[in-house]
Amino acid sequence: MIEHREPIGWKRGRARVAGIVGAGVLLTWSLVGVLNAETPASSAPKSADGGAVTAEQAKAVAERRRVETESPAKDAGAQKLAKGPHGALPVADQIMQIEKLGLTDSGEPPRGIDPLVWQSMVPKDNEPNAARIALGKKLYFDTRLSKDGTLACATCHDVSRSFTDRRPVSEGIADQLGQRNAPTTMNALFFQTQFLDGRAPTLEEQAKLPILNPIEMGQPSPEATIATIKDDAEYQRMFQAAYTRPVNYDDLARAIAAFERTLVFLDAPFDDFVAGDTSAISAKAAQGWILFNGKARCMTCHMLNPSNPLGTDDRFHNVGVSALKQDFEDLAGKALKALHGKEGQEGLEAVDRLALETNLSELGRFLVTKNRSDIGAFKTFQLRNIGITGPYMHDGSMQTLVDVMDNYNKGGETNPFLDGGIEPLALTDTEIENVVEFLNTLTDKRFAAEQRTETARQRAVAAKQRPFRDNALAMRKVLPFEARVMGTKEGAR
Amino acid sequence: MSRKFTSIETKHYEERDALFAALPKLGRRDFLKVSAAAVAAAAGSGVRFFPTSFQPVTVANAATREPFTFAYVSDSHLYRKDLNDRFVRSILRAVDDVNHLDPKPDFILYGGDLAQLGKREELDLGAEILKNVQQPIRMMVGEHDWFLDMGARWRELFGEPTYSFDHKGVHFVVLMSVNEKDFWTPRGMTPEQRMGTVAGLDNGIQSRFEVGAPQREWLTNDLAKVSADTPVIVFSHSPLYKYYKNWNFWTEDADEVQAILKKFDHVTVIHGHTHQMLTNRIGNIDFHGLLSTAWPWPYAPEGLPKLTVQMSRPDPFNPNDGCGDGSAAVSADGLVDKVYNLWNRNPIEVTSGYLASNGVKSVPAMPNMKSF
Repeated sequence: MIEHREPIGWKRGRARVAGIVGAGVLLTWSLVGVLNAETPASSAPKSADGGAVTAEQAKAVAERRRVETESPAKDAGAQKLAKGPHGALPVADQIMQIEKLGLTDSGEPPRGIDPLVWQSMVPKDNEPNAARIALGKKLYFDTRLSKDGTLACATCHDVSRSFTDRRPVSEGIADQLGQRNAPTTMNALFFQTQFLDGRAPTLEEQAKLPILNPIEMGQPSPEATIATIKDDAEYQRMFQAAYTRPVNYDDLARAIAAFERTLVFLDAPFDDFVAGDTSAISAKAAQGWILFNGKARCMTCHMLNPSNPLGTDDRFHNVGVSALKQDFEDLAGKALKALHGKEGQEGLEAVDRLALETNLSELGRFLVTKNRSDIGAFKTFQLRNIGITGPYMHDGSMQTLVDVMDNYNKGGETNPFLDGGIEPLALTDTEIENVVEFLNTLTDKRFAAEQRTETARQRAVAAKQRPFRDNALAMRKVLPFEARVMGTKEGAR
Repeated sequence: MSRKFTSIETKHYEERDALFAALPKLGRRDFLKVSAAAVAAAAGSGVRFFPTSFQPVTVANAATREPFTFAYVSDSHLYRKDLNDRFVRSILRAVDDVNHLDPKPDFILYGGDLAQLGKREELDLGAEILKNVQQPIRMMVGEHDWFLDMGARWRELFGEPTYSFDHKGVHFVVLMSVNEKDFWTPRGMTPEQRMGTVAGLDNGIQSRFEVGAPQREWLTNDLAKVSADTPVIVFSHSPLYKYYKNWNFWTEDADEVQAILKKFDHVTVIHGHTHQMLTNRIGNIDFHGLLSTAWPWPYAPEGLPKLTVQMSRPDPFNPNDGCGDGSAAVSADGLVDKVYNLWNRNPIEVTSGYLASNGVKSVPAMPNMKSF
């Protein structure tokens, strides 16, 4: 098998290339105010101060509470710690947990990453050092950064929940729900762009935005954020030590980014397997790896090789998840009409105006580029630690990896903007199981216990429900677009 | 043959020779001078320009015409569904596209090569799918539809391949441009062998495509009753000019056909076969290629018309990349703006203004080569 050809090269190459990935940031920062939020501002409830939350939302919040209380993970004894606001582990407990992960705190390159590559990855104005990392860590866990003091970065990127929140979409101040799934901050340092639509080019730029998003951390301005911590003598001392400047917003973001660059989790059973230890993963998982590179076509977007250790192409694809929403094509049509005949700045503004009036979140990358080709396209998720970072897809609409496989197996949800690389795969249930088993070997060894718990939980869920399974489409008895074309004749001829 | 109808290939070599002769002597400023000279030379050679200030205001019949659009699907190359469903999925996607156009096009052109090997079941499958096109459809034949039974099944399904019609003041002509001289009888070929030979892009045994003398005569007669100021749009499967002989991106009697079309103010030729974005202008004739739903061809190694807006190199991981469908907007003047609807890319519009200005004005937004 190919993975055995250069067992040592993989481990070395992994580090080398990780650097190339990180250094290759090309995107220009072209964001318009309204899009700073993960969700267009209009879709937020009327009051970000905690006023009008609809009955529907209140019900959703109650349901989340119920699910989290009865979570099998708790029953299994993996997490016996009390939950804080928004379902997160209290930050003090999180800090205790992160100490056990053995992360670098000195500014030295993380384990397994070549020092030269590391040099090329980190911004010149934010070379990591102990002072910067310590400051970033303090900020990452500081709930004062949110308007109502209930959220820190660590609320939705929770150490005890795989540096995400394990929810379909995140919950911000006043229990408001966003539109998109919180990606894990594990390995986020390697991405070429940040956010699911790639609108931030760096971790530094990314860190500034959720704090100001009215339905996330809800601070009205950078100044207001700084005002909450600038009188803290500890922060004054730490900002001076880290950046030789008083407390300020840009350095706050830099420090958080410096801390996030320590969150490297690339030491999985799969890495031992490709390094030559064939017993590191099960025979089923090894079959899954072959399918991953062949019949299942995963590697066309989730490139996983010495050059791309994360399993993402860092690009944006419409795989039909948006199209599961009723009004997707209608919104796409409106957006294209708004854009028609306009180029450059004029086109950007036309779509931004529309985004204010309509919730265009499902159009994904399009909101950044205004390219028709990006409608409904979201960034390819990394596969590292994927087994413990569900629910899945940009809106968290799929509960298990089996659901994700079912969706790809049927060729995604057919829509006019569907990526042409998405096609029915004709995978059998056994083959799907094998691919999922393989994906679970990409979880860092430090989370082995959580992976076991989550594997059992997902198996139980998938045994009960397979909402995305469609065997007729998967096995090509019915072709994508066939129902749309052959079944819905409107008699215009 | 008249100097005015030099083939595009000859012109290409002349331009290339001139360029290489001039290159060693050039600084940047000199390069600009040479470019300007080239524009002047092009103008002098009969390529028409439409500088706004000099454009005649009166266009006969324009007042009686209204603008409209038509869409196209082309080159689907269907095999039986159980042999290969990829091309079936692609034509379905294209039909879904044209059915969802807003506003609705007046009609849909099918650009030829519906089947891959001319088989009855391939043509029948295509006909069954095309029944679901919601607008009226105009069919054109391609060589892949023809050379197994010399068009017998195709004609049963869709009628004669050569015809003309008028639509909103524009005269449309559909040609069967893929006739070949008989290479099969002397070789004792079976119909399958004949079809297989023609289906091979660079199989040198076959002859070059041609419209042929009888059809040219029909064309002359058909156009005799059409006034010179009537816009004419010609559909042909092969490009009605000489692009690249080895791949039969070629029509042997193209110069003669162009001569027949010379009397008209505005002629637009829309052709299939080449599976790529392709733009040309020869005298009074604008040429536009069609995208294939099945696969993109690379550009030929030589002879590419210089006005062509080249599409990006297709992403090998996306089987739909470089493929697609599209539409054409016909203005009240009878001028055609051509839209290439590349799947998973931004659409690219090649306007009549771009062609009329010899590529100087209205330059289309070029595809982003880095985006794959």
